[in-house]
Amino acid sequence: MTAPPRARLLAGLLLAVLAWLVIYPIALVLLEGLRDPSGWTLRYVRLFLERPTEWRALWGSLWISVVSVILAALIGIPLAFLLARYDLPGGRVLGGLVALPAVLPPLVGVVAFLFLYGETGFVSLLVQRLLGLTEPPWRLQGAGAILLVHAYSMYVYFYLFVRAALFSLDGSLYEAAASLGAGRWRTLRRVVLPQLYPALGGAALLTFMTALASFSAPYIFGGGFRVMPTQIVSTRLNGDDRLAMVETISLTILALAALWLFRGAGNVDLAGGGRKGAGPERIRVRSRALRVAVAGLGWGLAGLLLLPHLTLLLVSFVPLGTWTTEPLPPVYTLQNYVTLIQDPVRARPLLNSLWLAAVATAAAVSIALGGAILSASRRVRGGRVIETLLALPWAVPGTVFAIALATAFSVHAPWVGRVVLVGTLWILPLAYLIRNLPITSRAILAGIRGLDPSLDEAAAALGAGRGRTLRRITLPLLRPALLAGASLAFVTALGDFVTSIMLYTYDTRPISLEILSSLRQSDVGVAAAYGVVLMVISGAVFAFGADRGGSG
Amino acid sequence: MSAFLRLDGLVKRFADTLAVDRVSLALDRGEMLALLGPSGSGKTTTLRLLAGFEAPDEGKVLVEGEDLTRVEPVSRRFGMVFQHYALFPHLDVRANVGFGLESIGVRGAERDRRVARSLALVDLDGFGGRRIAQLSGGQQQRVALARALAPEPRVLLLDEPLSNLDPTLRERTRRELRDVIRRVGITTVLVTHEQDEAFELGDRVAVMREGRLEQVGTPDELYGAPANAFVGGFVGRSSTAEVEVVGSTERGTRIRLEGVEWDVDGVPGRPVPPPGPALMLVRPEALRLTQSEPAALPATVTGRRFVGPSALFTVRTDGGAALDVVAAPQAAPAGARVGLMPSRRMGGGIHLFPKDGR
Repeated sequence: MTAPPRARLLAGLLLAVLAWLVIYPIALVLLEGLRDPSGWTLRYVRLFLERPTEWRALWGSLWISVVSVILAALIGIPLAFLLARYDLPGGRVLGGLVALPAVLPPLVGVVAFLFLYGETGFVSLLVQRLLGLTEPPWRLQGAGAILLVHAYSMYVYFYLFVRAALFSLDGSLYEAAASLGAGRWRTLRRVVLPQLYPALGGAALLTFMTALASFSAPYIFGGGFRVMPTQIVSTRLNGDDRLAMVETISLTILALAALWLFRGAGNVDLAGGGRKGAGPERIRVRSRALRVAVAGLGWGLAGLLLLPHLTLLLVSFVPLGTWTTEPLPPVYTLQNYVTLIQDPVRARPLLNSLWLAAVATAAAVSIALGGAILSASRRVRGGRVIETLLALPWAVPGTVFAIALATAFSVHAPWVGRVVLVGTLWILPLAYLIRNLPITSRAILAGIRGLDPSLDEAAAALGAGRGRTLRRITLPLLRPALLAGASLAFVTALGDFVTSIMLYTYDTRPISLEILSSLRQSDVGVAAAYGVVLMVISGAVFAFGADRGGSG
Repeated sequence: MSAFLRLDGLVKRFADTLAVDRVSLALDRGEMLALLGPSGSGKTTTLRLLAGFEAPDEGKVLVEGEDLTRVEPVSRRFGMVFQHYALFPHLDVRANVGFGLESIGVRGAERDRRVARSLALVDLDGFGGRRIAQLSGGQQQRVALARALAPEPRVLLLDEPLSNLDPTLRERTRRELRDVIRRVGITTVLVTHEQDEAFELGDRVAVMREGRLEQVGTPDELYGAPANAFVGGFVGRSSTAEVEVVGSTERGTRIRLEGVEWDVDGVPGRPVPPPGPALMLVRPEALRLTQSEPAALPATVTGRRFVGPSALFTVRTDGGAALDVVAAPQAAPAGARVGLMPSRRMGGGIHLFPKDGR
């Protein structure tokens, strides 16, 4: 069967739009890094290769990412085992709590760490007083600080992936191993771990790519320590646009190499479907003392993980200029929140972020839905290409896309597909849209693949046309997937910092930029209040997506 | 008390339900016992108590007099075939079958030899290198059996071993399963909700309901002398009607059913029920259709379907009881008026129980 002409036309159109948005800007960066006004040149490549700072930044990016993976695995894997395999008091609540770092947008998490462990942070001051030191016990700076934030925010990937994989194991595998005389360690080593490899690979890849693209932590805490994303931004601020492009290319190559290395890593069904037999039963810890100890450890850890959230909340009640050297703020008011709503200058970024994220999400969901339906129908040629294009932005760090968009859309040349968008309202929604295509389309594609194909045929046999089938059958069944994809996209766009910092204008400044400028003016209360608002909206949207989206 | 495997007064509670209620069983060495019951009857929990995956609240599990109740499953040396087989998907057939051998320290050439022997036993020679996903359902079932048998366990436990197979495949696999177990001669406990499976595989069958053992016996005993209406109804085809016990006769009992009196043969060893209302459980072959006898119970044929060379008739008596009767297919057309009489030819097949059903 061949596709109807209309579907082919649609596929062609979508292919063209995706190529224009996803491939074209990066290709332009690649080309312009090899040119200058006089023509082709390798000058900037040579410049890049000759400067030790560039190599240091690239090496910094690589090792920070590798160590982030190791640290995240060391926290996330044991935690997943503990909470998925053992029956602990309050285990269900705990299982949800330890995923909470996920609702902190990157910059907000960094700000919270600053309040906690920075030179005048709560914990630092506490330690300083307890030990009677005259100086802060540590400085939250450099590679160590970056790794601390990465470990905190990225262990969630390992935790969620491994937990899902553990839940999806057939429970009788454990019993089969036991009945064959295998003890706990041998069962773990020979039966359980081998089946976790796909999940571990997936989590490692996700962590590596996130750490590689991470910008907020290195930007705030890096100091003299540079990773490639911060290096690119500073090069660009210095006006060396073409060198920044070469740097961008080097970061892209690193990301693609990682993707190639991990190409075997599997995709994990986080809903834990696809097993036969009952799920594994949790192990009851029999010894009372051990139960108390393990539960205490779990809850202590949860407290530690929630400390940043609580800190933000506390600091958000501090009025400007009232908190200097005291260990705890002396005055609390709701003034910061009132300002956020009443002062038009303060309210603007909030409204900006909301509409930017909403527009980007609506567009991303539409494009991803169209692409997913076309690529899943298998009757349209080019479906695989559409799918690849939708997934590609995931492999490219946000900084790279920001540079690519800034390059592609700063020139007025409509005949080669370039218009001036930089400095307008539309560049940020466009950037968010592209960055959101992979997560949105992944969620929607998973939903479509989960649909029974005979439903379409049944609708057709009952005389429903393509449009009616889509409206009455496909879309209602896809609702969970659409909501999941949309909520992920919205939350990511709402908290975005890395692309915003390079593309925003004063009129479209999003929350993250306002947090940064509040911090610079030492207005910590307002910065924290923005952070709390972001956190609450993100949490609410996630909860809504998960709730209305169902567990499917 | 020379039983090889003994379950002694096992009790298991889950929250406020009594899943297993004082279950005691004794198996001779090499005996096959089938636990038969509807879902929720506690048969699977009993098996899991045996395997050690659940700990009983009361009672003991003994093998050759050795108390295993608190012994971990790892050390019981019981083999088990799981309902979904639980084959390790990342290991090939050879590694799956060798897994339990390595647990008891059998390695190298000796392990390979015993793996090959186990695979030969289930007729899967040469399948050692296959991946689990490449096997059919029936082959997976046999690998699961070979894996359980390879370490030469003391007891073999089977949890609904055939429920995952196509009906067409089930009968053949059932026979193969029985042959393999017979050849090995291992003491076996099997859980099933299929009567055919229990009757073909079990030397004895234990019928369970609501956590209790209702009756333990050979298939013949269960069919010919059910302990109560539940066992009678669960095992084999039967129908029931309320009757009045009038008194006893030389050969059994006299009952009254809608004004008609029948003499019913007693079951040897079963007490004659006291006069008064009773529940009659009757096998279809224990009744016959008749046209002219004056003592016959008048009824109307409401349905007829063919079972082999004879037909199963459903008739409704004038008093409203629905009964099944086996007769020649031409005995009566649907809608015909007929009379019902106990069939002397068979003897037995009519059981009387007190009215409360126990």
